Amino acid sequence: MLPSELKLEQFSAYPPQAHALVARNLLVLRVLPLSLAPNLLREVIDYDYKFPAEQMRIDEEFKTLAGLSPSDREEWLRGFASISLSKRIEQFDWVNDPVKFSEQQSAYLWSTHQMDAFRNAANEYYSRLSHAIPKKPLALQRLGISVIGMGVDAYDEPLFQNLKSHGTLFNQLKPDNGLELLLSAVEARAQASPSEYEHWYIDGGTLIRQPQGITCMSYASITPMRSEMLRFMQKEIQTPGMGPEQLRSDMAAMTPQKLGAASSGNQVLDRFQLKVLSEGSGTQIFSTTFVQWTTREVLRRAEPLTLFERYAPRQRQRPMNELLTESGKEEELDPKGSLMDADMGSYYHFINQQRLEGFDKSVFLVWWEGHKSALVVSPTLPRGTTSGSVIDLGELLKVALG
Amino acid sequence: MQYEFKGTNVAGFEREVALSVSRSRRDFLRGAAHLALGSAMISASPMVRGESARKKRKVIVVTFGGGARDQETFAPEGQHNIPHMLNELAPQSTFFTHVTNQGILGHYVATASLTTGVYETLNNFSAVPPDHPTIFEYFRKELRRPSSDAWVVAPSNGFNRIGESDCKNFGPGTGATVILPKHLLSAAARGGTANLDHLLRDNYESPLFTPTLSGGEFQIQQLESILRLSVSDFMSHARTLSSPDELSLYIAMRLMQEEAPSLLWITMHDMDVAHSGAYSLYVEGIRRTDRLCGELWKAIQANPEYAGNTTLLILPDFGRDSDLDPGGNGFQHHRTGDIASRTTWMMALGAGVKQSVLYDSPVQSIDLVPTIGAMLGFSATQSNGKPIKELV
Repeated sequence: MLPSELKLEQFSAYPPQAHALVARNLLVLRVLPLSLAPNLLREVIDYDYKFPAEQMRIDEEFKTLAGLSPSDREEWLRGFASISLSKRIEQFDWVNDPVKFSEQQSAYLWSTHQMDAFRNAANEYYSRLSHAIPKKPLALQRLGISVIGMGVDAYDEPLFQNLKSHGTLFNQLKPDNGLELLLSAVEARAQASPSEYEHWYIDGGTLIRQPQGITCMSYASITPMRSEMLRFMQKEIQTPGMGPEQLRSDMAAMTPQKLGAASSGNQVLDRFQLKVLSEGSGTQIFSTTFVQWTTREVLRRAEPLTLFERYAPRQRQRPMNELLTESGKEEELDPKGSLMDADMGSYYHFINQQRLEGFDKSVFLVWWEGHKSALVVSPTLPRGTTSGSVIDLGELLKVALG
Repeated sequence: MQYEFKGTNVAGFEREVALSVSRSRRDFLRGAAHLALGSAMISASPMVRGESARKKRKVIVVTFGGGARDQETFAPEGQHNIPHMLNELAPQSTFFTHVTNQGILGHYVATASLTTGVYETLNNFSAVPPDHPTIFEYFRKELRRPSSDAWVVAPSNGFNRIGESDCKNFGPGTGATVILPKHLLSAAARGGTANLDHLLRDNYESPLFTPTLSGGEFQIQQLESILRLSVSDFMSHARTLSSPDELSLYIAMRLMQEEAPSLLWITMHDMDVAHSGAYSLYVEGIRRTDRLCGELWKAIQANPEYAGNTTLLILPDFGRDSDLDPGGNGFQHHRTGDIASRTTWMMALGAGVKQSVLYDSPVQSIDLVPTIGAMLGFSATQSNGKPIKELV
């Protein structure tokens, strides 16, 4: 089926808000090329479970597309229109399973050497879109905090190498009470600008405490769902004929209900947590990967004003089958390896934060927990320099935020 | 395709990645390994020309996999991870800074493309042979070499069909014997793999993929008949090793000692643990593979069958996604097809290769097969690549 043949009744299985969104925008969907429409529906079908920032982005995308003249639309979509797809892919039920469609499309694009053309089309399209959508002023300058190195007393390799050219290295900080000072600052921001999903705290171990007005996720709190996911993966592995692609599809189609995970009463957050486990490679087994991927996804999807992440030691590497099986035994930890993971993870936190609006005013701080070293990127601080200021983490944050 | 971040122009990131890749190529090895920039006019050393030399000439290919980026290897910020290749091998090598892979970036399909000289389009997770004749088939057919002269050592069970295609006039029985050391170890242990699990680590991306073996794989009985190695000695030695790639190198060296094949292909894979998202494990894999490449070169020099007449080629199957590509997650995967994931390097050293020369001009990964063909004296008739003139 081609997008031009779309009818509203084909969307009867969509959740209520998604269905209403399609009803409002069916004419727009009908003029999109096949290489784009199912990818947009992939977002639409989950509309009811998306963060407010995502819903706003989808609304704006439809509004922008609807406002294009026919000639502008042709120009915007030319790259997608030039992608050729097979009859078999065209006949796939992409309305009801856009995720599987995009997997098949991706495999087809790779095999027909069209992946580069598709990437170019997508980049050009989103570049146009980002320029066309009006920017909204932020209530606060964006702040990212990364706390790394829990449990490591000494480390031989240099830290913050990827970030040092972007900010100021502080090497004489007063580390006392650092975690609490940082978390209190995050809490104060949430009180100053209270809004759902705008302020986050992600911990690779157990939450230091439950702060007010902040969306929290931790490796410890997600363990029941993680255990269910590991059991599901083990069961799939033992199914005859199962392959990695099928496993990935089955995980993508998973819902908290299907997994048998207890509901927190917040469908949006439950779905998000599940997606972290079902779409994030390695999040099920390594706490460092869990923190890095969750941070990436929160920034990409929720576009928060504040994100505080704290890494904890992950388990040591073991054979994959063993990692995917919960033994009940106490895990042997790898603190130094985890510090190296977290050092890279904090760099990715910074990069992902810089992709968001207001990046030129954003502040990013990474601190080696319990130690005197931190690096801060801020419009108020010089780049590529070292400071010997003897201040605590709270004072450092005030300096960074100007 | 995912929704992209809107703060910064996506095309700006693309340009930044492209610039970074281009910059890193210019910085490769300069000042570190004392390599001089080569000219396109320079061809390989004439020292091993002539039919008699060709008969003795041997080629060993190591794929430095699965998937390594410049910034963790030969770019300035990664050089501390590869002391052996940087300080011991690179000064003796002709080094190509710009090798592109325009094919599908899955390990099996990319390695199959390297062996055929054609960008293969087979399913990366299927136990199927390449669609085009492999280097091993060309080599054996045209030069009338016995099966003992072409071998593949690959750690992943998914590589069991890499040794030969099922093309007309080539196909079953005409290619290389494939040894899958992990499979061999499992068989030798007969299910009792205590203390050996660390050698049986699966590729994180395909923990499920364990195809039924068939065709030209090496069987457990051949341990003794070909490698002159008893099961108990094999098991004892395996217990001293720390990773699947170490096991692969052990088997490869044993093959060199007992069979001295003229064409040996070794696929490394430890670093693909990057898919689990643990950067430290990925870097640890690179450091280990670097050490193993150094050990292999020493073994070549110490073996009279190989010393002086062997060309060693080391190249990653491809890179990994850039830190800056919004569609990926940096080092973790190779899914975006961005320039960082498609661009890598190759090192050639040994017989017929000039030392301490560096080339920036682009070559493709599919050029490898016709290049080796020109070195050994066979034609890769169905390959889409071209012989690299600086090596032939």
